[in-house]
Amino acid sequence: MRTSSQLVYLIALPLLSSAILLLLGRIADKWGHLLATLVSASAFGFGVQQFLQMHKQPGSNRAVTQKLFDWISVGTFKVDASLLLDQLSICFVLLITGVGTLIHIYSIAYMSHDKDRRRFFAFLNLFIAAMLLLVLGDSYLNLYVGWEGVGLASYLLIGFWNQNPVYAVAAKKAFVANRVGDLGLSLAIMISFAQFGTASFSGVAAGAPHASSAALTAIGAMLLLAAAGKSAQFPLQSWLGDAMAGPTPVSALIHAATMVTAGVYLITRSNFIFDASSTARMMVIAVGVITLLFGAIVGTAKDDIKKALAASTMSQIGYMILATGLGPVGYAFAILHLLTHGFFKAGMFLGAGSVMHGMDDEVNMRKYGGLAKVMPVTAITFGLGYLAILGVPPFAGFYSKDKIIETAFNSGGSKAIVIGGAALLGAGITAFYMTRVVVLTFAGARRWKSEAHPHESSFLMWAPMVVLAIGSVASGFLLSMGSALVNWLQPVVNASHVASGKELMKPMTVSVLALGVVVLGAGYAIIKYRAVAAEAPEKVSIFTRAARMDLGQDIVNDKVFVKPGFALTAGLVAVDYKVIDGAVRLVGWLINEISDVLRKIQNGYVRSYALMMLIGVFICVLILWMVTA
Amino acid sequence: MDISNYLYLSVILFTIGALGVLIRRNAIVIFMCIELMLNASNLALVTFSRINGNLDGQVASFFTMVVAACEVVVGLAIIVTIYRSRRSASVDDASLLKN
Repeated sequence: MRTSSQLVYLIALPLLSSAILLLLGRIADKWGHLLATLVSASAFGFGVQQFLQMHKQPGSNRAVTQKLFDWISVGTFKVDASLLLDQLSICFVLLITGVGTLIHIYSIAYMSHDKDRRRFFAFLNLFIAAMLLLVLGDSYLNLYVGWEGVGLASYLLIGFWNQNPVYAVAAKKAFVANRVGDLGLSLAIMISFAQFGTASFSGVAAGAPHASSAALTAIGAMLLLAAAGKSAQFPLQSWLGDAMAGPTPVSALIHAATMVTAGVYLITRSNFIFDASSTARMMVIAVGVITLLFGAIVGTAKDDIKKALAASTMSQIGYMILATGLGPVGYAFAILHLLTHGFFKAGMFLGAGSVMHGMDDEVNMRKYGGLAKVMPVTAITFGLGYLAILGVPPFAGFYSKDKIIETAFNSGGSKAIVIGGAALLGAGITAFYMTRVVVLTFAGARRWKSEAHPHESSFLMWAPMVVLAIGSVASGFLLSMGSALVNWLQPVVNASHVASGKELMKPMTVSVLALGVVVLGAGYAIIKYRAVAAEAPEKVSIFTRAARMDLGQDIVNDKVFVKPGFALTAGLVAVDYKVIDGAVRLVGWLINEISDVLRKIQNGYVRSYALMMLIGVFICVLILWMVTA
Repeated sequence: MDISNYLYLSVILFTIGALGVLIRRNAIVIFMCIELMLNASNLALVTFSRINGNLDGQVASFFTMVVAACEVVVGLAIIVTIYRSRRSASVDDASLLKN
């Protein structure tokens, strides 16, 4: 294991820049965005340099560590703050800083009219620092710090326009849902401390083969809960749609490309736990399948372009989670899909931002239509991302999503058909709703509001979109050429057996099937949405209505958690007031009453005191007499 | 004559004294009642001395007389002083410390 003394700069630079921008205040307004972008770009440069160094080493010697300081040292209990950069982390470092830098550049133009642009860039840098800490921590405890950091950054950025109460509520909702997931992570850390005496990845990995299956399943389930919170997976998915309240670059960076994929990272990083517990793996698969269908179905009914893309994100991360649940062979495909998704989804979000920028922040797709002519660059880059997410060869999604579907079909047992079928169905629905988004936005009649004057965005905005579009086209091919990514990640995830022998379906069959359902879905969407009204139809089927209200996720949360929660707190307040305060008041009242009676004895007349004494003496004598007699 | 009659007398005298202290308000009368109680106890002491055939009770009664004499000196002085300032011998009127 090599050591390095420079890894810390990767985190420290964005953190420092964020602090500078926040502390200097309005003085930094003029150049704050430039500093933030520069820092992000230099972090990317540093990441590339680390990658090149790592690439020169043989597979077993690629990981780099850096010990920062003794964090907690109590007797035999020791926790170090250390960083670990290995084959898995570097993928994330490059994605975070690369896409992050592009989005910094995009935001310079996108946020140019906002008077708080400096604050926005400070939060973006804070996010980059926290996310890098998340992927660079060498133990669950270090990861947890970054995990909370990105949660904070996400909260701050969703509620960036908190003068709008709805947005502030959305930020709070995201934070609370994330806290539920964080509970899972902290429980997993506690269990691993109890079980292995350490929370470092290497320590837990070494101990996992000897641990009881119950403990491993418990840790796995808690890690899955954490992943569900951060990655907006069932049952904690409800916050992602509302999180679109944040500025669009935030949605692209945090709620599409990077932060929401932290759950996939967590599960891939904990491969030693999930490899050892088939129950935990089964739970992961179930969550992945449910979410990928859930997100896809919700996506079909959303008229808000960002919410449609958010539902799509949820669904695509469902694919990744599903892949991680499929065992050693799935991890690499999950990361592959994560990277390609980072490109095409960030690109599409930036495209959506560009459209909104041109249409006076209108998000309703029914008010778009025919924008391809006036915004050609946006339309082309969005279109390339669209082809990538559909999995049309040779675009990126073809290499990553088809691999996941194929792995699902070949995972063995009768459940493989269910899982594979669900993944295939998801691909079809994905094609349907993404085609719907493209057709409603860029094709068809112009249903604009009369005051709208759409125009192509400035260079600073479309340049990042072009870069991401190139990524959407080429990343899948480049990363899977000669199983490049699979071999690269092999030392981390132990994907030793790529082919499991008995194949239910050949790759070719899967590709043809997937392409078939994609064409079906896309074709149906084109026919259905060739001409639409500018107002959403009121009389719709029960299914559409269910999808429009997110399949009732908020109603369920409200009925199952919020209402009983309020009832519980109201009950506790009543108990506090009536029982606990009541007991205190009762004591006071009793003493008051008794004192009222006793006070009459103290009348100030000596003779009545003398009478008391006399009575007392009389009683004493009486008792003495009775005792002795 | 039965010697216990002295004891009954002593009890009667003591009770009269105690009742006087409890009931009367005139400081002089209360004072005399206290003397009455002291002398009732003296009578009882002397009687016990007689019954037991030793001098312990008689010695104790001498002590009581000495204390009573001192008490008379101090007590009468206080009563006279209060009477001079307040023109009243009622114990209820000497209530400056009350309230």
